[in-house]
Amino acid sequence: MAAVDDLYRDILLDHHKNPRRYGRIEHPDVTVEGANPLCGDEMVLTMNVSNGRIRELRLESHGCSISRASGSMMAEAIEGRTLAQAKELVSAFKGMMMGKASAEDLPPELEDLEALEGVRSFPVRVKCALLAWNTLLEGLDAAEGAGRDGHH
Amino acid sequence: MIAEQKRTALLNPDATLNVDAIRRDFPLLAQKVHGHPLVYLDNAATSQKPRQVIQALVGYYEGYNANVHRAVHALGERATDQYEAARAKVAEFIGAADPAAVVFTRNATEAINLVALSWARHSLHEGDEIVLSEAEHHSNLVPWQLVAAETGARLRFIPITPSGELDLEQAERIIGGRTRLVATWHMSNVLGSIAPVRALANLAHAHGALMLVDGAQSVPHMPVNVADLDCDFLAFSAHKMLGPTGIGVLWARPEVLEHMEPVLGGGDMIRQVWLERATWNELPWRFEAGTPNIADAIAFGVAVDYLSALGMDRIQRHERDLVAYALDALSEVPGMTIYGPRNPNARGGVISFNLADIHPHDLGTILDHEGVAIRAGHHCCQPLMRRLGVPATARASFYLYNTPSEVDALVRGLYRAMEVFGNGRC
Repeated sequence: MAAVDDLYRDILLDHHKNPRRYGRIEHPDVTVEGANPLCGDEMVLTMNVSNGRIRELRLESHGCSISRASGSMMAEAIEGRTLAQAKELVSAFKGMMMGKASAEDLPPELEDLEALEGVRSFPVRVKCALLAWNTLLEGLDAAEGAGRDGHH
Repeated sequence: MIAEQKRTALLNPDATLNVDAIRRDFPLLAQKVHGHPLVYLDNAATSQKPRQVIQALVGYYEGYNANVHRAVHALGERATDQYEAARAKVAEFIGAADPAAVVFTRNATEAINLVALSWARHSLHEGDEIVLSEAEHHSNLVPWQLVAAETGARLRFIPITPSGELDLEQAERIIGGRTRLVATWHMSNVLGSIAPVRALANLAHAHGALMLVDGAQSVPHMPVNVADLDCDFLAFSAHKMLGPTGIGVLWARPEVLEHMEPVLGGGDMIRQVWLERATWNELPWRFEAGTPNIADAIAFGVAVDYLSALGMDRIQRHERDLVAYALDALSEVPGMTIYGPRNPNARGGVISFNLADIHPHDLGTILDHEGVAIRAGHHCCQPLMRRLGVPATARASFYLYNTPSEVDALVRGLYRAMEVFGNGRC
């Protein structure tokens, strides 16, 4: 099997073609923009957060299949979780992408994300997979800051 | 200079390029990538280097490594001779009468920045205008943004026509009494189109402005003569024309260069130094402070020899034939969008495209696994990408060693990408 098929697994292509939780929330609590200046990938993450939990999350992304699919999987995995849980998932995912952990270490409900493990063999594309997650991390920090300021 | 016998071997009896013979001079090309023969179509980013150029680097370091312009010993004399001979070769290559007007820089970017820092920063004032095009490489845009911020000068932009060419009619309206500098590409690194720089230079001069030509893509691929262009500045890089990285050129009209202040101070750029002041060396050394990039300059001279021996007109014809073939072949691929002029005579060997809605980075990865190296991204032209309404494009760019069968490999790779992405219906 050519390595390129290992990268473009069906589940990844499905998320790319039918991204989950796609779009923007009309009046979000948190808005963060993510961009990869090297390739021009851009995304906008909007979230509604109350009592430390992400009630709603939407991601609008323009970029390659890897960044879109990763963003779609992220959105699906994160909505409904607490900020603390979301942070744990970000570090679990980044650990997998940086080769510090394997997909088997991910929580079982995140099995779709295993499809991104193939990206590790394509070092120049790892940044594509990480963009949505780094954008989320910024969003989580913003949400925590807003929480501390007493907005929610 | 490569020997006459060698030169003859690199040309066919009908004086077209003998590509098989040429390819044998490029050791890197004879490798496999992911199990496929390498098809290198990223020449607009950087070209490969012939053995002669690589050997020149080794020859300098193994045979006569010494500093230039200061030593009285034999090695120093030989290094200085070779370094200055390289300058003379470069001058001749671009039709410059005086080698003293050829300043060695790191690359085309540094050459443009030198004009910005040395000439523009001191010469421009509030109300003055710098005229660029909408399709500049960031290297011919951001330096002028910095100059504008510092001097209060205003940037104006010549639009691109729907066919991807610089709009000369609009240029006639935009270039006027307030214009102090017109700075634009000679060949677009995205669209492949060739700008009417001579006409722009005439317009600029009619209004007392100077003309800067970004020759990073043109000098490696077509005959370029500063007298014919009648420009005031020409910037280009060695690494895109068979030479090493880390060496480039600013050619400036001598009477303009003579009045430019140095930007970097140090050794070699001075005539006399006192504790409180210094006087400047002659041209071009006034702009080459410190020990220069001797080895790479000498190897650049050998690259120029290689190109000159083949003839830039022949190289241009070879690329034109390839582009005509590639435009036809790519047009037949379903879902293909090609940017830039469709007439091969109006463009150089650069073709930017998008295939259905497969992102250029995905194309790049899949083609790479077929051994085909292309560029995917914004090509340092983010404003142009916005103008084209795309986040990025894929780009195939050709050089003297590319063949029609490599174009076929590119097309096969594109069909493979459609297969991976479900026939492009995504």
